[in-house]
Amino acid sequence: LDWQLFSVLQPADSMLPLMSTPRITTHYTIHPRDKDPRWEGVEMERFADEADVVIVGGGPAGLAAAIRLKQLANKHEKELRVCVVEKAPQIGAHTLSGACLEPSALTELIPDWKERGAPLNTPVTEDVFSILTEKYRIPVPMMPGLPMQNHGNYIVRMGNLVRWLGEQAEEVGVELYPGYAAAEVLFHEDGSVKGIATNDVGIAKDGSPKDIFERGMELHAKVTLFGEGCHGHLAKQLYKKFNLRENCEPQTYAIGLKELWMIDEKKWRPGRVEHSVGWPLDRNTYGGSFLYHLNEGEPLVALGFVVGLDYTNPYLSPFREFQRWKHHPFVAPTLEGGQRIAYGARALNEGGFQSIPKLTFPGGLLIGCSPGFMNVPKIKGTHTAMKSGMLAAEAIFPKLTAETLDSETAGLHVPEYAENLKNSWVWKELYAVRNIRPSFHNYFGLYGGMIYTGIFYWIFRGKEPWTLKHCGTDANQLKPAKECTPIEYPKPDGKISFDLLSSVALSGTNHEGDQPPHLTLKDDSIPVARNLGIYDGPEQRFCPAGVYEYVPLDTGDGMRLQINAQNCVHCKTCDIKDPSQNINWVVPEGGGGPAYNGM
Amino acid sequence: MSGRVLVGVKRVIDYAVKIRVKPDNTGVVTDGVKHSMNPFCEIAVEEAVKLKEKKLIKEVVAVSCGPQQSQETIRTALAMGADRGIHVDVSGKDYENLGPLQVSKILAALAKQEDAQLILLGKQAIDDDCNQTGQMTAALLDWPQGTFASEVSLEGDKINLVREIDGGLEHIKINTPAVITADLRLNTPRYATLPNIMDSLMNNETELHKPNHRTSLCVGLIPLFETVAPEDMQGGTDRSGAMLRHTVLQSGKPKRIILSCLCI
Repeated sequence: LDWQLFSVLQPADSMLPLMSTPRITTHYTIHPRDKDPRWEGVEMERFADEADVVIVGGGPAGLAAAIRLKQLANKHEKELRVCVVEKAPQIGAHTLSGACLEPSALTELIPDWKERGAPLNTPVTEDVFSILTEKYRIPVPMMPGLPMQNHGNYIVRMGNLVRWLGEQAEEVGVELYPGYAAAEVLFHEDGSVKGIATNDVGIAKDGSPKDIFERGMELHAKVTLFGEGCHGHLAKQLYKKFNLRENCEPQTYAIGLKELWMIDEKKWRPGRVEHSVGWPLDRNTYGGSFLYHLNEGEPLVALGFVVGLDYTNPYLSPFREFQRWKHHPFVAPTLEGGQRIAYGARALNEGGFQSIPKLTFPGGLLIGCSPGFMNVPKIKGTHTAMKSGMLAAEAIFPKLTAETLDSETAGLHVPEYAENLKNSWVWKELYAVRNIRPSFHNYFGLYGGMIYTGIFYWIFRGKEPWTLKHCGTDANQLKPAKECTPIEYPKPDGKISFDLLSSVALSGTNHEGDQPPHLTLKDDSIPVARNLGIYDGPEQRFCPAGVYEYVPLDTGDGMRLQINAQNCVHCKTCDIKDPSQNINWVVPEGGGGPAYNGM
Repeated sequence: MSGRVLVGVKRVIDYAVKIRVKPDNTGVVTDGVKHSMNPFCEIAVEEAVKLKEKKLIKEVVAVSCGPQQSQETIRTALAMGADRGIHVDVSGKDYENLGPLQVSKILAALAKQEDAQLILLGKQAIDDDCNQTGQMTAALLDWPQGTFASEVSLEGDKINLVREIDGGLEHIKINTPAVITADLRLNTPRYATLPNIMDSLMNNETELHKPNHRTSLCVGLIPLFETVAPEDMQGGTDRSGAMLRHTVLQSGKPKRIILSCLCI
């Protein structure tokens, strides 16, 4: 309601900052080039190439789909050109996950993964769950049947697994193109998806063409798979264009921050999995921690913190909650004497079953975390993502290689994929846990949710006849700043907890400096007027990379938003949590972004 | 004159990545770390391709010495406009010991073999910062050298070069054949676009060469004793009144790695 009132009563003062400061947003998606005089006469023709299938995103889902497609093609001796475009400079460099992998989907895809050297080196040996208070820890027994139980699973460095999947994909003949981002969806005359176009290069920061400007390339395909991961930017456009979300709940998310630590050998317990809930979050803020001891020859632990993005206090900083959690008496001893070697962050899905959109449209399909198949209480989404990729491949293959192309639209429509998914273990699994996350929305918050899980999941296995709803979009959950109290976070001590900028440096993130910021604002005046005015600039706190800063104007009166786009780690949290939904994340020049190594 | 240019390209750890010393102090961690073409080598490739576009030279050959992954670096050079690639296969212990002297010997041998008119290199690599390969190659071939070039123009069979030196800019004129090393302001490298990368993947134009151990790889090795990270910087004191101004240092800045070694 306040947004509607605000847009009517738009004060004149808000126009002044816009006129005296240079444009924040110069990207051509907001300021089209065909109306821009600087682009007159620039050659905009694109080179186009044809493939049978184009897959956007070289993560577990995309690579599983690619591998399965080529496996089927090779088995039936058919020629199939499968191209994967991936914005990361090398496969696995933008992958970030805890992670405890359930190997079910991998075994279905590549049964001899062990002989082929898949990096699943750490079987889970100990499973520990705690509720933390400020000083103490309440242990919770990990009984078989509880979703968090990890028997039979492996602790993996997901980036390494994705890299290995990339090698397997190349072996079966998939064409991988890391370093090239899919920037645009292409459409046939009849509105079906024709393929994608990769990003243009050589545009200056102010939006004008540089000498080295080159258009991206068009990749046309009979069918395009979109596996961009959580909250993909092309998927966002497709939801609107094809109305894919009209019969499902809005997706809800969390942000996951992660670090890799080389610890003291005496503290190392390979195969140990620790999870906690409670402190430092209050009972009404969903979230918790993980700490996994890897077993790959050196005392390495992967640890991190997840905060549900439906939090209400704009003063909350997920990064600082993470840093202060590390000081808890149960956690700090493991890290003492150790050295932090990596940092990163990524948004993840929490909507589960209720938020799965329509998955197919003429010319394309959605796979993996993009539509969102994460099992939230298990905090695992990789096995379902891979299975969705494989099911997509299996549904597409017969239609692609049929004697006559059976499609009413120019782009192939494959509704069989959604049917197959509904009949698979993915659907059953997600249905069984569908009520656990929404059950946290009660007066007792965390404790109500845990009681619900104990009764309805552990005893009744999710067979209750009702389906709880989410609370609406995450962006709408923030309360105005004046209704909330700022949180006093402790200063980082430089040994266990750290400041934001040194953490961002460890992600290895970098972008070509002279390009339009890829965090585009639909309206440049809204951040100061609304985000800062009403919510005290929450983007300064929820961005795990320090991209957003409110700095004083040169003239001295008032503030402006400064976007440090080079720091971005492509987590997508800003696009999700911006209370004004003014930020639209688009792909930067391919090859930019974090340089994660086995995260 | 063959009109052929050899361009050296080196695969190095990407400049934005934070380096980490291996726990056993034998070097830095490279496994899985993001690598890319040395930025000065990119500038050298761009200059070579520009000369070809101006029709002043006929063929650009990209050379890289290293393991299997160096082929990716060569492919990037091909996508930028090089005609052919030569991958000199050096891996394992040989690759760890590979230094400017060994690379110069290889380049000198290739230059004679390919009848090259010009060798274009980056002025230095961002991992070892040696700034020696260009100069050594020229000495081995007894060719003139134009190092730290910020402007290159061909005039008949001579080259006009502007060099960036401590005192400013130096203009020299050298005969061909010659070795030129590129400095930062020579040009702005173009992007390796996807259609060109696809082309270079389809048409496998990279030859594989095995270097000669006795004459190239085993001579003049510099033994590496250990690699250590520098100590954390301590805060300094501000002595604004003194002759020498000390600036206050902040601890916690990113660490840089130094190599300790003994030259025989």
